[in-house]
Amino acid sequence: MTATERLTRYFIWFIAAFTVVFLMTPLLVTIAVSFGSSTVFTLPPPDWSLRWYQKLANTRGLLPALMVSLQVAAISTAIAMVLGTLCAIALVRGRFPGREAISTFLISPLMLPGLVIGIAMLQGFKAMGLRDVYASLFVAHVVITLPYVVRTVVGALSLFDFSLIDAARTLGCNYPMALMRVLVPALAPAFLTSGMFAFLASMDNYPISIFFTDAWTKTLPIQMLQYVEETPDPTIAAISAGLVLLAILVLIIGDRLVGLRKLADF
Amino acid sequence: MTTRAAPSSAPSPWRDPVILLAVPAVIYLLVVYAYPLLWLLMKSFTGPSGLTIQPYISFMSDPFNWRVVGNTLRVAAWVTLFCFVIGYPAAFALARAGAVVQIVMLVSIILPLSIGAVVKAFAWQIVLRRDGVVSQLLVGLGIWDTPQRLLFTETGLVLGAANIFLPFMILPIYSVVKLIDPRLSEAGATLGATPLYSFTRVTLPLTLPGIVSGVAFVFSMSVSMFVIPSLLIGDRFQTLATLTGRSFLLMRNEQLGSTTAVILLTLAVAIVVGSTWLARRLGGST
Repeated sequence: MTATERLTRYFIWFIAAFTVVFLMTPLLVTIAVSFGSSTVFTLPPPDWSLRWYQKLANTRGLLPALMVSLQVAAISTAIAMVLGTLCAIALVRGRFPGREAISTFLISPLMLPGLVIGIAMLQGFKAMGLRDVYASLFVAHVVITLPYVVRTVVGALSLFDFSLIDAARTLGCNYPMALMRVLVPALAPAFLTSGMFAFLASMDNYPISIFFTDAWTKTLPIQMLQYVEETPDPTIAAISAGLVLLAILVLIIGDRLVGLRKLADF
Repeated sequence: MTTRAAPSSAPSPWRDPVILLAVPAVIYLLVVYAYPLLWLLMKSFTGPSGLTIQPYISFMSDPFNWRVVGNTLRVAAWVTLFCFVIGYPAAFALARAGAVVQIVMLVSIILPLSIGAVVKAFAWQIVLRRDGVVSQLLVGLGIWDTPQRLLFTETGLVLGAANIFLPFMILPIYSVVKLIDPRLSEAGATLGATPLYSFTRVTLPLTLPGIVSGVAFVFSMSVSMFVIPSLLIGDRFQTLATLTGRSFLLMRNEQLGSTTAVILLTLAVAIVVGSTWLARRLGGST
């Protein structure tokens, strides 16, 4: 091995180590602060305590906001799963012109600025007479979650051998039964991972939700940002640590179902 | 996108009944997403007396707005550069690493991806304080004499945003690097190529499609970020996105907001279209 090669190798490993530390910094800092006793985010914490977690229960607005976010994420993900799966079947199985264009259109909400989509929806919904906060949030969040479902299910379906369904029918299953016994189990991992990532995307969304909340109904990220701006104390770190835990759980489930390397596919 | 067997017998492509399954999703997005976007676009070109580009002219005649556009592009360029400098070698490390290192790297890339920007930007508020981790580290290394506050500075914003967007640079590059046979550069070396020659002639061209999509991702997200600047730099520093948000949420100036929103939208579409075109060209030539 030449000197240049060795240097390159050291450089790459240095960058790799830096990347891991750099990317994990915000998560570790959040968790450390949430268990510290200091009010002013002193690091390392002078003493450990659970006071911010106790304060969490008494912080007005956080629990209702969490409930709103969970409901909006769950329902919009469910709707997106149905619409997205049907559409994915059409995109993979259909032979009609413009399939590429349709799939780009369905994934495009991921690529355009959320803020602009939010503003457009705000005015569009007003023009259509939709004023209810909850309904607007559900309708808007389906647009956020749909691309995740379409992208993942299209990927899984294009690897699925549809002749297996014919095989099942030859062996005595009727058509719906063949779908249930062959197609659904084959797609289960794709359903679960796309559902989980769609759910997280909806839970975390700020730039679209901000236009559809009022003084009484706020989603969690909006309530959190408002809290950070009004009374910055580690209570937010405590709830953030909870969200980190949720993400870790999702990642573990995702790893068990499809493997980490598959989750990194872009 | 999909490779399938040749069509067996389809009289008219539009008669394929499976197309009906796509109808609900497409109609849904047309009504609640495409129509509002078009409406916004139309509205920004409509004045009291019909079609006009007056809002754009008055936007561009204000030097403050030029500073806003400058801020937006400059910060996005720095974030993208930072992500590329770290992300490119990191993608190689990820592709070539042994099983354990690879898992550690994958977790540290994917885990932050599943956590919201509000959580991470809040963490960077703590990291960038005068007594924060970065300041302590730089003083400890002897680079800074006294602790300094990076929060509410442009450097702090670039650092925080780069941290949040770095996975979107690493993953697309990783997806092309993992397809390159590491023996290619060995073969080059056997044939007498210097490492630099084989890098610029073999490795770099093969990774270009990944670079294009990583750069496009990070740049377009940096241009349109909203939560991160509001937490890390504050109101004194305006970008197109924060100005758009402010005009609607605080100033109630819908005309200005629609104008900046359309400029942002145009930028985003240009980046997507441009990078797709570039990636296709690069894909064709290699």
